[in-house]
Amino acid sequence: MSEVLGHPPVASDSLAVLEKQRSTAETFGIPLAVLLEITHRCPLQCPYCSNPVELDRSGKELTTEEWKKVLSELAEIGVLQVHFSGGEPTARKDLVELVKHASDAGLYTNLITSAVLLTREKLGELADAGLCHVQISFQGVEEGLADRVAGYKNGHRKKLEVAKWTRELDLPLTVNAVMHRQNLHQLPDIIQMSLDLDADRLEVANVQYYGWALKNRAALMPTVAQLEECTRLVEDAREAHKGRLTIDYVVPDYYALRPKKCMGGWGRQFFNISPAGKVLPCHAAESITGLEFESVRSNHSIAWIWQNSEAFNRYRGTGWMKEPCKTCEFREIDFGGCRCQAFALTGDAANTDPACALSPLHETIFKQAEREAEGETSRFLYRNFAGGTLESENGA
Amino acid sequence: MAGPRNISVSEASRPVLPRHAKLKYDETRQVWVILAPERVLAPDEIAVEVLQLCNGERNVGDVADLLAAKYAAPRDAILTDVIAMLQDLADKGFLTEIREKTS
Repeated sequence: MSEVLGHPPVASDSLAVLEKQRSTAETFGIPLAVLLEITHRCPLQCPYCSNPVELDRSGKELTTEEWKKVLSELAEIGVLQVHFSGGEPTARKDLVELVKHASDAGLYTNLITSAVLLTREKLGELADAGLCHVQISFQGVEEGLADRVAGYKNGHRKKLEVAKWTRELDLPLTVNAVMHRQNLHQLPDIIQMSLDLDADRLEVANVQYYGWALKNRAALMPTVAQLEECTRLVEDAREAHKGRLTIDYVVPDYYALRPKKCMGGWGRQFFNISPAGKVLPCHAAESITGLEFESVRSNHSIAWIWQNSEAFNRYRGTGWMKEPCKTCEFREIDFGGCRCQAFALTGDAANTDPACALSPLHETIFKQAEREAEGETSRFLYRNFAGGTLESENGA
Repeated sequence: MAGPRNISVSEASRPVLPRHAKLKYDETRQVWVILAPERVLAPDEIAVEVLQLCNGERNVGDVADLLAAKYAAPRDAILTDVIAMLQDLADKGFLTEIREKTS
């Protein structure tokens, strides 16, 4: 039995995508799983949100009928799984209808949620509609810190309640824990909480620093010592709870020597669809200015956009590379890292991701991250439609 | 209802795929797959055959009997392979079993 999908190192809260380890991507076969960000609306304000800083407002969101058409088309072209994500997917009133439509089309459905808007009745309706799996994001293990990170009162308590209902309804549960300097000390308790909640999977996802998280880097960046401890804890827990709790682990790439093979390589194994219907090579791709992304509202099919659109082809393969990537022996292993991070930190998405030790900027950025990790800053810039709100001095 | 987890597969156990693991033929890629939370597993032909026989009624011994007869192969060797394959799936969290109700 071989596992053809695992986790690529991806960003942050409630975002998990799939990657083929033995890829047929040379032919750019249609991905096995697609992330659907059906809305950017969310009651939480996590400072590391993986949504773009420029959020799609509700008026731009695809309609119920448009999403249904997308789901049918995805099933038809060979997608096997869809992730209903956001923003907060349960903020859409038509979620049950969309899950039902996806299930009827033969798609395996995952719900990636903050859980705070769910009622037991609504969760039951989703299960009846064919929902296969629920992933709930947690910001910590106790409500003081967890609610402060989420910028949402009583959120943690609600999440625990929804996690319990999930298992009562016989749905498999994943606990998604986004980790950073201010909550890494809670990791042992997060592992225990996952066991107590009877979760099947735990994602220990260190924050990836672009978009909102880059704005909050000084408040979130872990120290090297914290990260080493985190890795040790994950390894021990994997062994201790084998067959009971699967643990997926995402490390922050700032402290690595090699960059991550982001998204399994641009346009190779992954795409997502934004609330407004843009087909994107990565959930953060819109942060790269100068790229035009096609929409499911265009005259092109999703399969055509995947194969032929300019944005997908721009950074596919290795032909676009500059030095040091161009002649690097690892160029087909990591594809030069993350294009969004390269753009955010160097201004050119075609540059080597500075997470790579071979990038001329690596040293500077690593040192800066280390300094920030040792610094005093702990105030968050909360994510919202207004471009962010700074946390008050006494925390709020 | 959810079956038990963390199971130890033996000749007497009656394993089944849990509700959240779906065995499906992928028409696009012309392969069998097991769909699971954020995973797609690629079972080989034998695994597919074994899983199709694991209906919650048969125990692992019954499955080995059927395969030994079908392939005219030694039952012991088949039983060992079947248990190893199923235990691997169980360790990944994608297998449960039917147990008699206890009071």
